[in-house]
Amino acid sequence: MAVLLLEVKDLYCERDDKVLFENLSFQLQQGTVLHLGGSNGSGKTSLLRILCGLYHDYEGQIEFFGQKIDDELAYYHSSLLYFGHQVSVKLGLTALENLTWYARIQPQLDASLISKALTEVGLAGYEQVLCQNLSAGQRRRVNLARLYMQKTTDVSHSLWILDEPFTAIDKQGVAALEQHISAFSASGGTVILTTHQQLELNSKIQRLNLDDWGTK
Amino acid sequence: MMRVFWAELSRDLLLAFRHKGDFLNPLIFFLMVAVLFPLGVSPAADFLAQIAPGVLWVSALLATLLSLDNLFKSDFDDGTLEQLLLSPESTYMIALAKACAHWITTGLPLALMAPLLAVMLFLPAQAIVTLVISLLIGTATLSLVGAIASALTVGLKKGGVLISLLVIPLYIPVLIFGASAVQSAVDGLPVTAYLAILGAMFALSLVLAPFAIAASLRVSVSS
Repeated sequence: MAVLLLEVKDLYCERDDKVLFENLSFQLQQGTVLHLGGSNGSGKTSLLRILCGLYHDYEGQIEFFGQKIDDELAYYHSSLLYFGHQVSVKLGLTALENLTWYARIQPQLDASLISKALTEVGLAGYEQVLCQNLSAGQRRRVNLARLYMQKTTDVSHSLWILDEPFTAIDKQGVAALEQHISAFSASGGTVILTTHQQLELNSKIQRLNLDDWGTK
Repeated sequence: MMRVFWAELSRDLLLAFRHKGDFLNPLIFFLMVAVLFPLGVSPAADFLAQIAPGVLWVSALLATLLSLDNLFKSDFDDGTLEQLLLSPESTYMIALAKACAHWITTGLPLALMAPLLAVMLFLPAQAIVTLVISLLIGTATLSLVGAIASALTVGLKKGGVLISLLVIPLYIPVLIFGASAVQSAVDGLPVTAYLAILGAMFALSLVLAPFAIAASLRVSVSS
């Protein structure tokens, strides 16, 4: 009994006179992983930002549990975790301070899981190090630690939108992350992600290639 | 709702404390104007006393303007701004916290530094209390209004010039009433009317500016 989580209807978006996608429609059921493909500049990031409610220059409808996302934005955002291109970590703060701040502004994160999350992403012992002294990969890991802080209540309502989550992460890290994403989707969570790497997940993967939806 | 306000305020203050250069810049500017003015114009005490209210207020205003460029810039560049906007909590409170942190790191120290500079410019002693009070209320208004312009221009490469253009017309009333309050205090006239108007402008911007800041941030992030 799969429940419909997200439904996208007739999405149209153009940027700089290039149609990124038109009549794009898809449905996403709870517990699935949507792997978004497409060449560089095909509009993957634009689509993800539209799905987050960050970018508004589009036509069409996006519904979360049958509600338009703009009508129930606070509820939608309380179910959503988004990872963008940028590190999204304050370099002047320590890993611990960054995650404490995140837990306060995004109540779907549990502050009591911070130290466990940092251990999971391999940053145990770096809690008090300023992020400007961490390597690029470690900074991304601080941000990724949020995935391990997701409150376990209501996982089936949660949606992760990950834009190139594996950038700058080493092989073991990618494997651990893939395992975590699988576990999340197995417990009912839903994921939308872009990556150019081969995905090795044992969950239900749905694929969407944006190259097929826009003008060349 | 208050939780997100405190979270944002304490984070911004901590960052300002760790990057002291950013918030010392406007203070040093304020000090430089007061030091250089007598050298450039005239060191005569009675002349300086006459122009001190205006000079102090104008330099405080420009010092605030100087710091507006960085208000949202670093958050925008590292992506934490969009994470803030993805928070299900009230963006009104987040915007208010940002403006509040800006005031604590610029307006408040400017107002506290003002008595020292007032003495350097021979401002009569009876006007110093009024100077500090008018600056405290006035700079809070400047922070709130300035944050709107800063939020609107944060997505642009060279937003600095645009900020000045957007914000100067809105700063002029604050400058007029602030400087007039100090001038009246120098002349021994009552100042409560001027302070009341400054207070009214502050109350208005306190209630309305966060909406405009939040909306401007959404527009800037959405490009």
